[in-house]
Amino acid sequence: MLTKLDPTSHWLAGQIAGIHLFTLAGGMAIGAAAVLLYHAIGRIAGVSGIFFTGMKEGGLWRWLFLGGIVVGAGLGAYLFPSLNIVSRPNPGIWILTLSGLLVGWGTRQGGGCTSGHGVCGLGRLAQRSLVAVLVFMAAGIFTASLLRHWLGVPT
Amino acid sequence: MKTNLSALAAGLLFGMGLMLSGMSNPGEVLSFLDWSGVWSPDLIGVLGSAVLVSLIGFQLARRKNKPWFEAEFPVLPMKSIDRPLLFGNLLFGLGWGLAGYCPGPALAGLALGNNEVLVFLVAMLAGGFLQQWWARQRNNL
Repeated sequence: MLTKLDPTSHWLAGQIAGIHLFTLAGGMAIGAAAVLLYHAIGRIAGVSGIFFTGMKEGGLWRWLFLGGIVVGAGLGAYLFPSLNIVSRPNPGIWILTLSGLLVGWGTRQGGGCTSGHGVCGLGRLAQRSLVAVLVFMAAGIFTASLLRHWLGVPT
Repeated sequence: MKTNLSALAAGLLFGMGLMLSGMSNPGEVLSFLDWSGVWSPDLIGVLGSAVLVSLIGFQLARRKNKPWFEAEFPVLPMKSIDRPLLFGNLLFGLGWGLAGYCPGPALAGLALGNNEVLVFLVAMLAGGFLQQWWARQRNNL
């Protein structure tokens, strides 16, 4: 059923205004980190690529970048402990394992993840990355909205 | 030296951003991906603001001949939109929506007292190596 748009309803505006300030600041920090890595050493800040190449070929800069992510997150949690939450039940060891296997396989085969294709690829206006983001977003929405419920993962 | 320090600085900023933005909370990620209940748009804010900054930064970089601390920009392979891209990202998305972790936030979780990421990261490593083994087998046929 179609209803006329209600101009007094601020649902969408409310949703957008409800985005936490930290959300935007954090997002900008992620973008700035990717820009810094590219301007400084010409590398794409794709976490899956740096992680797996680091495992295979080493490279101190790769391990410093990855270590920086861990320490930076810890620092953020130390400064703003109230932001350090996990607001969903533990899905259990089998779902975590299946999820990890799929993410590992998929990011290797697909050549990137949320950072490489998402933040950097979209920023570079790469067509492949736009396609990648649309595919992994759609698949993620499918699993989280349907598959996860069918599998009985606690929500 | 400068290369390593820049990578460390970028990593610190990246990890801090993941934490502050809520990306490192898999519940936040799932509340964006799960459209069956109350939907949260926060992740659009994270990705949107990150892409906005990177868009400006990468466009500015086009005017540069070389990075600050390296001799040249590595040439990025120009690949077309192929089946591995589609299939790989499909599998990645399916895994992402199951537990709410992609690689960056899972690493960040190591510092957040969040032990479930250990299981996820070991499986992620296994999945990546399995894929590379499979790809090698396929190429040798």
